[in-house]
Amino acid sequence: MTMILGVPLAVFMGQLMLGLINGAFYALLSLGLAVIFGLLKIINFAHGAQYMLGAFAALLGLQYLGLNYWLALLLVPLVVGGLGMLIERTILRRIAHLDHLYGLLLTYGLALIFEGALINLFGVSGASYPVPEALQGGLNLGFMFLPTYRGWVLVAALVVCLATWFIIERTRLGAYLRAGTENPALMQAFGVNVPQLITLTYGFGVALAAFAGVLAAPLYPVSPTMGSSLLIVVFAVVVIGGMGSILGAILTGLGMGLVEGLTKVYYPEAANTVIFLVMILVLMLRPAGLFGKEA
Amino acid sequence: MSQTAEAISDYRDLDGAEMLRVRDLHAFYGESHILHGVDFDVRRGELVTLLGRNGAGRSTTLKAVMNMVGQRTGSIVINGNETLDMRPHRIPRLGVGYCPEERGIFASLDVEENLLLPPTVRSGGMSLDEIYAMFPNLYERRRSQGTRLSGGEQQMLAMARILRTGARLLLLDEITEGLAPVINQALGEVLVKLKERGMTIVLVEQNFRFAAPLADRHFVMEHGRIIEEISAAELPARREHLNRLLGV
Repeated sequence: MTMILGVPLAVFMGQLMLGLINGAFYALLSLGLAVIFGLLKIINFAHGAQYMLGAFAALLGLQYLGLNYWLALLLVPLVVGGLGMLIERTILRRIAHLDHLYGLLLTYGLALIFEGALINLFGVSGASYPVPEALQGGLNLGFMFLPTYRGWVLVAALVVCLATWFIIERTRLGAYLRAGTENPALMQAFGVNVPQLITLTYGFGVALAAFAGVLAAPLYPVSPTMGSSLLIVVFAVVVIGGMGSILGAILTGLGMGLVEGLTKVYYPEAANTVIFLVMILVLMLRPAGLFGKEA
Repeated sequence: MSQTAEAISDYRDLDGAEMLRVRDLHAFYGESHILHGVDFDVRRGELVTLLGRNGAGRSTTLKAVMNMVGQRTGSIVINGNETLDMRPHRIPRLGVGYCPEERGIFASLDVEENLLLPPTVRSGGMSLDEIYAMFPNLYERRRSQGTRLSGGEQQMLAMARILRTGARLLLLDEITEGLAPVINQALGEVLVKLKERGMTIVLVEQNFRFAAPLADRHFVMEHGRIIEEISAAELPARREHLNRLLGV
């Protein structure tokens, strides 16, 4: 059997694959956080809850409405994103002129409310969401066995990440977003409806989280707390990558997933902490993050 | 806008008609009261200056027209439309272009993206080709990051990007500040060309020598009010007086 540094190839590649899948979720979630932070300057602590709402909406949609996976992947981000826009319009906008810490506290409160409400209704144990029929089974790649659904998650997450990068860096709407991030008052003086842009941006960031939630539903138990545990790691990823860069958020997300996967192979005890160690190192050597712009 | 209203505002676009009328304008930043009843008007095709010492309220007047200050009272009529209760992003759509004192070039956009950024507010704006013909430097550097340009080039860019939008009333804040005389001369030539195209221009200027030969009228501001109006014809006789007001 082929060995890599004392580990069977299949095990090595399997862990790397798991790492990459986790990384894809880190990338999707940190991307949404970065987009929201850019324009609203709010650290969206409700992001994990919105990811969880995505997974829950898919689950409940299936159980009560017979909504299949593919429709859920399309509709759930729209619905949860719409809820995000409603939150921005009715709540976040009212505190936009205050210190941004208030936004952090407020979104944290919202996360607790969403989590608490769902725990009340469904308990903490969670339920499982079936893998859609078309994506069951797996592929034998020779050096490893790849469950089809995991392969799909990786592809779907990468496509959405790159599409987001393209919209922000290469289109006119993206130019509005980048310019609005720098100088919203001047954008208004050019005739751009910045409050509307802010609402759409928040809705888009939330929709990304919900999309990740639907993707995650068949992989992990769908439970009210699934978001809060993930979000802490995602914040570390955002700190490592730095807030300034879209591509940075994507690459750091995938990279940190790989680092975590590799640590699981060679020193499993540290797998849950390695990202925080990297964060400490980065903060010491490059406080603005790997891809962030020095202030 | 209804068809009649559009017809009226087109009618007002005629030469000599009022493009901007400001009456008893007060403006506030939080607790501080900056403008104390500003009155002036600008006819179509005119170039007027707002002169005065630092802190007289000239930049704030432009910002108040754009609804970029905290609170405003009084009246600001642009092309026949009262704008005091208008949301900020509606005002440019009346055909107003604003060039801020700090220029506001976006670092995350390249030169061409900066140029294409402001949405078109009216038909009849300059095309990209016309703009590059007027500012050849910008063409050469169109792929550079906006803030990598020299100060003069950034100023050209800040002006060029509002010419594309079809704006007919330009509010230009301290465009010569900190620039070399040769650049200022080029900027002066650009202003002359814009005037020939029928643009209405309000120029906030510290550099009176730059503004004097270009302007039809000068408004002198002090303590948040217009204290004097001097036409180009009166200027030679009142130069001494003006110098005293400006403290030069």
